[in-house]
Amino acid sequence: MTRTTPAAAPAGLHLPRYLREDPAARTPVGFAGYRSTAVRAPLRTPVDLPHRLTEVTGPLLGEDRVRPEDADLTRRAGGEAVGQRIVVHGRVLDSDGRPVPHTLVEIWQANAAGRYRHVVDTWPAPLDPHFDGLGRVVTDAEGRYEFLTVKPGAYPWRNHDNAWRPAHIHFSLFGRAFTQRLVTQMYFPDDPLFFQDPIYNAIPEAARPAAVSRFDHSRTVDHWALAFEWDVVLRGADQTPFETEDDGDVA
Amino acid sequence: MSRLPLTPSATVGPYLAIGLTWEDGEFVVPEDTEGAIWIRGTVFDGNGDVVPDALVETWQADPEGRFDHPDDPRGAVAHPGFRGFGRAQTVPDGEFALCTLKPGRVPDGEGGLQAPHVDVSVFARGLLDRVVTRVYFADEAEANAADAVLQGLPEDRRATLLATPTDDGYRFDVRLQGDRETVFFAV
Ligand SMILES: [Fe+3]
Repeated sequence: MTRTTPAAAPAGLHLPRYLREDPAARTPVGFAGYRSTAVRAPLRTPVDLPHRLTEVTGPLLGEDRVRPEDADLTRRAGGEAVGQRIVVHGRVLDSDGRPVPHTLVEIWQANAAGRYRHVVDTWPAPLDPHFDGLGRVVTDAEGRYEFLTVKPGAYPWRNHDNAWRPAHIHFSLFGRAFTQRLVTQMYFPDDPLFFQDPIYNAIPEAARPAAVSRFDHSRTVDHWALAFEWDVVLRGADQTPFETEDDGDVA
Repeated sequence: MSRLPLTPSATVGPYLAIGLTWEDGEFVVPEDTEGAIWIRGTVFDGNGDVVPDALVETWQADPEGRFDHPDDPRGAVAHPGFRGFGRAQTVPDGEFALCTLKPGRVPDGEGGLQAPHVDVSVFARGLLDRVVTRVYFADEAEANAADAVLQGLPEDRRATLLATPTDDGYRFDVRLQGDRETVFFAV
């Protein structure tokens, strides 16, 4: 094993060790009330994978994937989207409270009527020619992100009788390591549809508040937009350095 | 020190193409890169039916086994255009395809080398969290025989992680459930 840049690892290696989450605290892959998990969620217990270099690194995607207009979902195709304008903002953090700077945040959502611009969404709610539902930003140096969008409508689906999804925005985050990759959904406070939604209720009860945004009066804009704040928390790393023999091995 | 509660995962749902697809997503390297290979595969559900709305993401070392990342202490990577990361949807016929370079062996941190591998996340409607697996290469018998993760698996299950050579690269199918359920990892 040769190490091409000895200066980068002078006295042993200091790799982050990402904390493993208690399975009881995380959303299970499958959930009986969510019907399509029945033939899709794996049935065998996953095998523990040690965190080696492949797992503690990950794609560091940034500004090159994002245009400034991607942060404003309300103006597309030369016009203005219909709906209640909202600012959605917050920070991307790790579980030790450290901001995750310069990381890509991708969102997608239904329009104000609850309709997605997608071929398989065919329920009779209107499409909006000025809303495509796609947003992308990169967090700043303090891990902050912000979008301007319209509040998504609730929409029906066929999971159970008269099933409706609570209003939500889909979020995708990379963090800085493969272990931190997260795709999730942001909900709005006090949604009356929570009680019958298996995707919300699959989240262990103690973790549900972390999926719900907070109405943020301080960031509303007079005669313009309401505001919601939502922080996204990714798995933290144990920063305590650990030493290895100085033989070029990496964990 | 108290930790912040983690944000729980949720399914990508059926409309992931709006937010997660990139025009160049399947190109971990540009197609005309010397040594470029295609990894192609199909995702199957527990009934053996094709899953036509999954997203497959990959992360891997370069051919020297190194990562372009500050936490790889060995320094910079020598492959311009190599992104290490790929994402491809299983549309329109349920097959995904990723154009990449075959990864090299990566140190395992215990004095040995891991066999060449690609870390894989699969997202889909019906999965409330990603599922994680690894592509290994069937034609790397010697390296595979020395790989601690592979050798830790029962022999009949190990085969689910071996991509098989094809005309332009390798085939790696994913079986979410069933007798030949792919080995999935907890990370
Ligand atoms: Fe949705």
